[in-house]
Formats: sequence, structure tokens, C-alpha cells
Amino acid sequence: MSLLIKKGRLIDPATNYDAVVDILVDGEMIKKIAPKINRSGHELIDAANKVVVPGLIDMHTHLRQPGREDEETIQSGTRAAAKGGFTTICCMPNTDPPIDDPSLVEFIYREAERRGSVEVLPIATISKDRAGKDLSPMGRLKKAGVVAFSDDGDWVADSHLMRRALEYVKMLNLPLISHCEDRGLSQDGVMNEGYTSTILGLQGMPKEAEEVALFRDLALCKMTESPLHLAHLSTAESVELIRKAKVSGVRVTTEVTPHHFTLTDREVKSFDTNTKVNPPLRGSEDLEALKEGLKDATIDVIATDHAPHLVEEKEKEYNAAPFGIVGLETALGLVIKELVQTGALTLMEAIAKLTINPARILRINRGLVKEGAKANLTIFDLEKKWLVTEEEFFSKSKNSPFLGWELPGKVEWTIVGGKVVYQDD
Amino acid sequence: MGFKRKDLLGMEDLSKEEILFILKTAESFRAVLERPIRKVPTLRGKTVVNLFFEPSTRTRMSFELAEKRLNADVLNFSTSDSSVIKGETLLDTARNILAMKVDCLVLRHPSPGAPHLLAKKIPVSVINAGDGAHEHPTQALLDLYTIREKKGGVEGLKIAIIGDIAHSRVARSNIWALQKLGAEVRVCAPPTLIPPLVEKMGVRVFYSQEDALKEVDIIMMLRIQKERQNTGLLPSLAEYIELFSLTEERLSLAKPDALIMHPGPVNRGVELPAKLADGKRSLILNQVTNGVAVRMAVLYLLLGKS
Ligand SMILES: [Zn+2]
Repeated sequence: MSLLIKKGRLIDPATNYDAVVDILVDGEMIKKIAPKINRSGHELIDAANKVVVPGLIDMHTHLRQPGREDEETIQSGTRAAAKGGFTTICCMPNTDPPIDDPSLVEFIYREAERRGSVEVLPIATISKDRAGKDLSPMGRLKKAGVVAFSDDGDWVADSHLMRRALEYVKMLNLPLISHCEDRGLSQDGVMNEGYTSTILGLQGMPKEAEEVALFRDLALCKMTESPLHLAHLSTAESVELIRKAKVSGVRVTTEVTPHHFTLTDREVKSFDTNTKVNPPLRGSEDLEALKEGLKDATIDVIATDHAPHLVEEKEKEYNAAPFGIVGLETALGLVIKELVQTGALTLMEAIAKLTINPARILRINRGLVKEGAKANLTIFDLEKKWLVTEEEFFSKSKNSPFLGWELPGKVEWTIVGGKVVYQDD
Repeated sequence: MGFKRKDLLGMEDLSKEEILFILKTAESFRAVLERPIRKVPTLRGKTVVNLFFEPSTRTRMSFELAEKRLNADVLNFSTSDSSVIKGETLLDTARNILAMKVDCLVLRHPSPGAPHLLAKKIPVSVINAGDGAHEHPTQALLDLYTIREKKGGVEGLKIAIIGDIAHSRVARSNIWALQKLGAEVRVCAPPTLIPPLVEKMGVRVFYSQEDALKEVDIIMMLRIQKERQNTGLLPSLAEYIELFSLTEERLSLAKPDALIMHPGPVNRGVELPAKLADGKRSLILNQVTNGVAVRMAVLYLLLGKS
């Protein structure tokens, strides 16, 4: 079966390409890219006035399976991903049980194959049982197909274990992903420590909880010269530390979430538990620093940290609610609204952080559009506005602080391996 | 000028006019408390539920008395006899109580924002009787009432709040309220018990009680939780007492007519010695009496008209 995408504006950051072309997909692959391809004999997608980009990649998704299938499953999470324009998502291993064994990796691949709408690439734990004590069987996990290792949700507080983990993955050529948070400092905090936490009487998590952890991770990264990726940066000082480290040649990469470059801790004044995330929403000076970090490539990737929770769990008093919000279906819209439309990033720069950059960090052959490559494509309308509502979410969970927002960048088609997995109606 | 709110959640978002209106209303209820029959039919037929998720005999008794003096039907519900322990959420509990057709919830809860959650989700009036370290508006109102009664007004007074500011809802509500009425507010505690950027609320921060007390008109002592000494916030209670307990000597640094307040219950010998707590400069019992009148006023303003 062949599919012809007509007259779309193709933006491919891998080659810095931006022009209106036709793209012919044959089976799973991209067969031809040319200014004009004859339409006869192909199924047609009219992409006139739409933007065509490499299928988006989310390297930080919580799919909750196994363990919390009431919140999300591989099936529902990948449908949400497709709706958000993501064709490849990496699932974090803080499931129940945690993904620390090849059999679980196989389970995820099998489940994604059977019921998934998009590609799922598992991330396994750094430590056995995510307990922060002993290394997980990293070599065997790589054989089973994991693309990275992370104890996300917790920092590997034991510096010796982190050092050994970094050394060990050199052999595997896979990155470690670190969630930088010194629990000794963040304690039982529920929001950013600052003026807002003071007036609300909520316990704060100081920015230094992230920065102290990040500083150690940078030191170990430099020491071991191993690939390290730092998840969800949230503070201005973190950005500055990374900037300096990169200049001095440390092999570190980083990501930021859409909510951290969109919202500040002022939002917590509503006591809306959909503002409760970890790391917490920070101040406006942090938000600006994150945008600058995106611009000067200190921050490589935009990742969702999609963290589904049931309404019943979130409809609680602030201290009792769990951390996290869903993000797959609002990410592209927020990137366009907050970064592209404000001029913080060009569309090309923004798309790079959702495609080729995560692909390179994960060493996967994705995130680009060329003849012979797998036909993972996302087609969206840059201008078209849409309203974020619970009813429209494909995710099983509805915990979003953006409900009621109007966002640009409506995804019209998501194509995985030549197959349309989402089409806007 | 009236009072048109559904709920009383905190002092931060009340205007000066609203505060003065509540205090004015409280004056007439304060008079009721001096009558031989201390009861008015204002809330006959209304049901108020006191929903307490933290032990607090005093505040609950004060609310209960206020409700009964207004002739409301009163239901008490506290953690020990609630189904919350069986996993029911706060909102479930509130909705269940609501289904029994009640008119007002008075909520004491350890989590900041708990009353705000209920106020948003349920159609009846919610009164915040203390939410974690956030706010305790009726305490601030009764403190204002007491200060006005004794000093004739609040404008221009220098007031020092001394003790665990970081964990105190009484401090936060009073910082907002006193400043709205024109007082100059100082807070004083060891740095570990001062929350970050508190000076942005408009107060001056002191680490030395001697400095904080200079020239003040009112000294508000806060209750210190004994557990604070085990969490790295204080070396020991003994050291806290040595540095921050109010003594006669320290009191002499304040204005000669300075008065002492405390939200209660007092740890005698910790925040202040019995001699000062029971002395003639102490307003502690006036605060307790005025608390009933102020709470009657709040209940009346929220429920009385419809
Ligand atoms: Zn994380």
C-alpha cells in the first residue's frame, strides 16, 4: 500500500530542510521526496498549508503498565501519544514491578506490538528493584531492547553506585537518565520553596535540591566520560551549571518539560493539584532561564514527563495528591504557543528538540525524514486552535493544568511505519 | 457595605472594609454574651457541621458555642469517629455530610488548601478553622477584635509575633490582617523557624527577641510544637526557652503599656511563664471570650441572611 502526502511544508531539522514537497510512503518506508509526485495509484493525504515533521519522540513517558492499569496502559498511553503527534515514546521503569528484568522488557514490547498505536521503547532501571543499592542486569536488559537506564522518580543517592553505573554503560553505549533531587533537601516538600510556599504554608522543595544532585552528576559524568542525560531541568542555576559543563566538554544532555517552561509556582495559589509536579513549578526567572537554555542548546530535548493519575487521586487536598500531570496531548501545542509564537525558538529549533535530538541521545534511527527511512511522520496545522478538554483526551487520566486552554498546533495525522495511527476528525 | 461571600477561607483575600464589617458585627454579638440569656434565634433551623481533622478542643468548643448561641443545630465530626481512616477522601466525607442537608462546614485540616478544595466543590458555606500552616482567619479576627477593644484601634501599633512563624497559620493570618488595618508587624524566631522571603509579606524579621520587642504595643507569642527539636530545626527546647521565652526583663523593653497575647493553649514556662500568662498585661482570656463573638459574627454573615 502506498500513501502520498501532498504539498506539505516539510520541516526536517536533521538536514535543516524547510520546503513544500510531496512525500511518497510505500509500505513502512519513505520511498520518495520530491517537489511533485504523480498522485495516481496512491492513497492521498492533502497536507496543503500543513506542517510535516519527523514523528515526534518523547523520551520521558510514564505508561503505568504494569501495575497501575487504572491510570494508564500501553494501549491508552500510545493512543494519547498518537493524538499528540508522538510516534515513538520511551516508557520510564518506575512501574510495579519496576522494569529491571528482561522479561518485563519483552512484556512491554509484546504489549505495544499487540495493542499499541505508536512505537514504545522501554527504559530500564539503573538499580535492581529501583532500590538504589545494586546494579540492574544492564547488559541483559540491553539485549532485550532497552534504550536507556533510569531510576526516575528517585535520584541514585549512592554516589558510588552511580559512578559504577556510569562506568558500566560505556560498554553498552546507552545513556543513563538522572532525576536530580537530593531528598535530604527536598524532604516532604510539595511545591517550590519561595514566597508562594511561604504564604500558602505548604512545605517547599528548594531549588538547591535539584542543583546539588545535578552538580554531583556532572562531576561523575566528567569523571567517567559516560553518556548522561539529565531529566526535567527546572531551575536557572541548573541551566547555568549545564552550560558551563558543556563548554568544558562534559558529555551531558538535558531535557525540559512543557509545563516547566509554561507555568510558575504562582499557579499553586489555586491549590489545584494539577499544579503539583516533581520537580515543582519554579519562579518566572527560572522559566526565562529554561527558555534561554533551549535557545542556546544548553537544553537538548523537550520531553513530556507524562504522568497519569486518576481524578480521584488528584481531587484531594494538596499535600495528599500525587505528583505529576499528563502531557502527551498538550506538548506540541505548548511548544508552539510558548516557544515558537513568542519567538523564543524557531519552529525548526523547536522540532529538533522533539525529534532528531532525542533520537541521537537514545542512539535510535529515528527523528528524520529521508528516502529509505521508516515512515514515522507527524502532520499538524500550525495555526489551527483547539480547546483542551477532559473529554477529548485519549489518555485514561485527565490530570492536566491546561484544561480549558486554547492551544495552536492541531495534530491532523500521525503516521507510524506508513500507517495512519491518528487522524483528526 | 455588606459581606457577600459564600465562604471564609483566609485573611489574605479579605479587604479592610470586609474585616471592619465583621468586627463591627461582632460587637453586637459580644454584647449578647453579657446578657443573662446568651442566646439569639438568628440561625434557627440551620445546621452547622464542625469537621475537625486535627485535635483542637479549644477552637472546636468556641465554634460550637458560637453556633449554639445562634440557635443553629450542631454536628461534630472529628478524625476519630470519621470514616476518613477507612480511605474515604475529604471530598467524599464532605459530600456525604452534605447529603444530610446541612448549611455550613467548619473545617480544621492539617493540609493547606483543604477548605479551599471544599469551597470550590460543594455549594454550602465553608469556614476555615485552620488549614495546616496556611491560615486561621477567625483567630486573626478575634485577635484584631481584642486589640481594638484594649487599644482603641490597630492603626499605627507596633506588633511583634514571636515563635514558630514557619509552621504557624496564626502568624500568617495575623500578618495579613494586622497590616491591612495599619499596624507595623515584626516577626521574631530562630532563622530555621522563619519561612523564606517572609519579608515580602511586609514584615520585618528579627532573630533577637530583645530587638524585636523594642517599643512594641502588642506581643503575640506563638505556641511551639515540642517536636520541632527533633527535626533539625532546633537544637533543644531548653535552648529555645533560653533565647525566645518571654520574661519580665524582656517585656520591659516593650512599651510600658504593652500587652501580651497567645492563641493558646499556652505551654507554660515555654513561651512565657505562668506569671505573665496570668498577669494583668495578658489578654489571653479576653481572646477566648472574644473568639465566641467573632465566630458568631462570621456564622451570621455567611448564613444569617438567606
Ligand atoms: Zn523524574
